[in-house]
Amino acid sequence: MKEHSTEISKTTLLWMYEKMLTIRLFETQANREADAGKLLGMHSSIGQEAVPTGICSLLESNDYVLGTHRSHHHCIAKGVELKNMMAELLGKATGTNKGKGGTMHIADINKGMLGANGVVGSNIPVATGVALSAKIKNTNQVTVVFFGDGASSQGSLHESMNLASIWDLPIIFVCENNLYAESTPYEYAVAGKSIADRASGYKIPGITVDGQSVIDIYKSSKIAIERARSGKGPTLIEAKTYRYKGHFGADNPLSYRTETEENYYKERDCIERLKKYLLSNEITNQENLDKIYEKSLESVNEATDFANESPFPAPEELFSDVYVSYK
Amino acid sequence: MRKISYIQAINESLRHEMKSNENVIIMGEDVAGGGSRDDKLDAWGGPMRLTKGLVKEFGRDRVKDTPISEAGFVGAGVGAAAAGLRPVVDLMYVSFYGVCADQITNNAAKIHYMFGGKVKVPLTIMTAMGVGGNKAAQHSETLYSIFTHFPGLKCIVPSNPYNAKGLMTAAIRDDDPVIIFNNRQLMGLKPTYDVPEDPYTLKIGKANIEKPGTDLTLIGIGYTTYLCLEAAKILESKGFSIEVIDLISLSPMDEETIIKSVKKTKKVIIVDEDYPRCSIAADISALISEQAFDYLDAPPKRINPPHTPVPYSKPLESLYAPNKETIIKNAKNLLE
Repeated sequence: MKEHSTEISKTTLLWMYEKMLTIRLFETQANREADAGKLLGMHSSIGQEAVPTGICSLLESNDYVLGTHRSHHHCIAKGVELKNMMAELLGKATGTNKGKGGTMHIADINKGMLGANGVVGSNIPVATGVALSAKIKNTNQVTVVFFGDGASSQGSLHESMNLASIWDLPIIFVCENNLYAESTPYEYAVAGKSIADRASGYKIPGITVDGQSVIDIYKSSKIAIERARSGKGPTLIEAKTYRYKGHFGADNPLSYRTETEENYYKERDCIERLKKYLLSNEITNQENLDKIYEKSLESVNEATDFANESPFPAPEELFSDVYVSYK
Repeated sequence: MRKISYIQAINESLRHEMKSNENVIIMGEDVAGGGSRDDKLDAWGGPMRLTKGLVKEFGRDRVKDTPISEAGFVGAGVGAAAAGLRPVVDLMYVSFYGVCADQITNNAAKIHYMFGGKVKVPLTIMTAMGVGGNKAAQHSETLYSIFTHFPGLKCIVPSNPYNAKGLMTAAIRDDDPVIIFNNRQLMGLKPTYDVPEDPYTLKIGKANIEKPGTDLTLIGIGYTTYLCLEAAKILESKGFSIEVIDLISLSPMDEETIIKSVKKTKKVIIVDEDYPRCSIAADISALISEQAFDYLDAPPKRINPPHTPVPYSKPLESLYAPNKETIIKNAKNLLE
């Protein structure tokens, strides 16, 4: 596969490599923790690392990201600490959400991660409001909301695209089309077969991009982010990607897809592709990539130790945080 | 007689009703699975496997995978019912009612009344609920009380495979919109109930006295009936006589059975996994206070979770919902 030439800096390219690798190693370890019964099932993002990595490489630390039930990769790409993420997965007091939200609800406002959400399509209007806030307060912040092909059929997306368009909001709607809503293939559930095309009805640009190429994602989102930041309004990006695992832990994806298809996408693996690009263009060498691997693995291992050694929340935590105040 | 699981019981009811009435269809996310892929028929059979195998028997026209569009397909269920079908719509988790509340509370519940009784909506909504899965606040709620608030909706909560089958069949045959709430813990229990192979219906609106007793009435709803029965075993071993009522139907509600029991035992605990405020437990407590006040030896006791969302962390989640121990503790307070 030939990647297009690009003007991405070496620093950014290596940052993207490290992020994608860290996501994969984190997810692999999180699956092990789930297999050990420390959390009961999770939605793995393995295979989809490139989409948030390419986009977040262009975001400022105070820009906003909102996610879905499958959001570990969004959080890591936006810079949420692995330690607090892993602790959250294990329901520990040191977790990003004090153990109250878990795998489907990781949020870290200080990093601009305004939350994963367990209800499909539910976060899209929320993100629209986040973008509205930035516009009214004139903060120059951009909001990125991730959702899947499944959510593209929810009214919430359509209502939000309309609102964002009439108000020229600084938001990027990013559909990670991993081809399946649970077991339902998008070719069945998405009329017209193109999610990007749905933008045209709302007079906003709709872009389809190879979601397994972090460089392509980078280029498309650069245009979208610049458009948002300059006050020209929203963009819809449909990134064609693939989840390697089932919908959740116990799901066997071969009940609805084929091994041939899985292999087709695994041969186009986003991490391997970037690695080939970096080596063939002599941007870096194998020795350096090995160092990045070791560093990523170490950070995941540290996070895992931290999470396992952390205490569970105290019983009274059950009652706190329901309200800011309630008297 | 044979014993089957809760999931098999619901599945059998659906299969029989689809076989005997061509107007019965099923719609929902992954109720077949695999979309239109003919080589992947029955890939899922429903998120809780309640519809497993049905697409093979009845085809995709009657077992319809839907996009993730709850407002769309629940609303389509209302329309299809109004125009002559008997749709069963699967709303995966009850918390997702938020996406389609308009269709349930403004359309399904009100059409028959608003249209002067001239249009029926024989829609069945089945949905999963319950804590205990480490699934946090949006996938663990036990929400039924909120639906009992709306005139026009019938709400039923089975507690075992036997009544699950009979109630599911009754719901499909009922001419009003019925929501059947399936607790996920019950789906995971080993089959211990005898379930007839032939179809049968249970009356919607009738509670069942699971076991008679004279010292205390425990009122359970769905999974909490199971907990009440477990608690009653322990309490009986200590010499108390416990009556356990399985409420089964929340709307309509069998007030007579409740009042009669409380007048006899003079003490009552209502065990409810839904939120405590404006709950069915509060409603039952008010009913008892109004209609049996003079018979009571103690105020009606409610056991609910606290007024908080469902936490993720396992130790917090285990503190959250009513369990056997909290029932026994509260019962002893009343009995000793």
